Amino acid sequence: MVAGDWVEIIIKLLALVFVLLTGFAYLTLFERRVLAAIQSRVGPDRVGPKGFLQPAADGLKLLFKEDIIPRDADRLLFMIAPIAVVITALMSVAVVPWGPDMTLFGREVSLALADINIGTLFFLGIGSLAVYGVVLAGWASNNKYALMGGIRASAQMLSYELAMGLAVVGVVMLAASMSLGDIVDAQAGGKWFILLQPLGFIIFIITMLAETKRAPFDLPEAEQELVAGFHTEYSGMKFAMFYMGEYISMIVISAVAATLYLGGWRGPFVDALPILGPIYLIIKIILILFFFVWVRATLPRVRYDRLMSIGWKILLPLSVLNVALTAIGIVAADTNFFGLLG
Amino acid sequence: MLDAMIKGFGTTLKTMFRKPVTISYPEVKRPVFERFRGRHELKRHDNGLERCIGCSLCSAACPADAIYVVPAENTNEARYSPGERYAETYEINMLRCIFCGYCEEACPVDAIVLEHNYELASYSREAMIYTKDMLIVPPPPGAEGTPQQSYAPPPQFMENPSTHMNRAEGPPPGGRITTYVAPEEKVSAYVRRSLLDADRDGVIDDEEYRS
Repeated sequence: MVAGDWVEIIIKLLALVFVLLTGFAYLTLFERRVLAAIQSRVGPDRVGPKGFLQPAADGLKLLFKEDIIPRDADRLLFMIAPIAVVITALMSVAVVPWGPDMTLFGREVSLALADINIGTLFFLGIGSLAVYGVVLAGWASNNKYALMGGIRASAQMLSYELAMGLAVVGVVMLAASMSLGDIVDAQAGGKWFILLQPLGFIIFIITMLAETKRAPFDLPEAEQELVAGFHTEYSGMKFAMFYMGEYISMIVISAVAATLYLGGWRGPFVDALPILGPIYLIIKIILILFFFVWVRATLPRVRYDRLMSIGWKILLPLSVLNVALTAIGIVAADTNFFGLLG
Repeated sequence: MLDAMIKGFGTTLKTMFRKPVTISYPEVKRPVFERFRGRHELKRHDNGLERCIGCSLCSAACPADAIYVVPAENTNEARYSPGERYAETYEINMLRCIFCGYCEEACPVDAIVLEHNYELASYSREAMIYTKDMLIVPPPPGAEGTPQQSYAPPPQFMENPSTHMNRAEGPPPGGRITTYVAPEEKVSAYVRRSLLDADRDGVIDDEEYRS
């Protein structure tokens, strides 16, 4: 690699981290304001105009909070756990393409940090790693509630990962590639995969909520039963890092959902004006994030046994069915089996 | 199950566009009811003299023992109130006060009235002892403050109590109630009660207030 490539990668890296961290900060405000609106409240509007400095105030507050490590905690794991959560959340966004290739300063710049050929696999794998942070936090805290939260998180994330993976398989089959860039290209011309894979999209959306431990699948931090679940013993910046991990993984998984099913950065006039690509993707991400908040405001937490039975008895068979139907559909389209398609 | 879920999503989406019920307090203040008992005020007559005659009945009636009154004699050179005496010191300890309104009930001259101010927070205990100059209302426009130099004859007629108490709401629906009161004399309990009744009638009651 020449020096220019390195500079390009570092700039993209910094830009992406900046976008994600800013997105995290404002997602907390977005969630609080939307929830407030749904509950006929106003929400935080005191700090700065319309509450726009609220994330800064929150961060400052958490920074100055006492950083407690319980006496009997496993100190090393206790400190590693929040870092693992944030890093895994940040890593998986690397494969998401943010727009078409652009010519900037005389260089052909790809708007993906690393459009590797196994992008979906990478994203699913990193998603599985994210559970480590949660389990380690639960284990290292030496607290029964934290441990229960960690166990729940691992069980839940493992169960729903299967269905999510199988839902993604449908998209991979249609695009005939695991690269997210190729998947976006396969959706060119408005052929969004949500139209071809409605069942897969629904499964992905449900498992996405479970993967990010969001309502109604927020059992790992069910406050009525487990105090705060796996982060019961955390305070100060470490606590903030768990939140950072949760919200960043929300943004990332929304980006992936938009890429897989909603055409990614594609939209009208994007070929003529490449800068529209990231804007379209961000709009789609915001819509999915709104859905996250909307679900949280609407649905109560599911019971633990039902969570498991939804995952194993409903979503997993449905996703297998989806794969089978997709396979049949592809073969039928290729051989013009019904005499209807092209 | 599915249609119930869709209904739920519809409900939350609908409530999102409803006006928030929150009253953004420091900017928007919820109006209080007419009979709300807030911070006390010491009232004046129309000619600027203080109504309080320093009788200490409020202090005696106070269940929280929050009121401290020291009376002094009026003179023609320095006249504060129509009668013989006035309150030289009048203090209310707002930390003790329970806002029961018994002082208002006990007052024979309607000098102390619990008004609508409820923003009474402070940083020190000392600041919570409200002295007479904090409690007394400014003299009505055109009238002289106290002490007044010349002898001002006491008002022979006490008009509608609600105008007397400097309330902004205007005359009650029944027109002006005019009751003869001789302030120098001891007002009998019967007369005083009828006065209080008139007072209550003069006040717009809760139902009217809401509408």
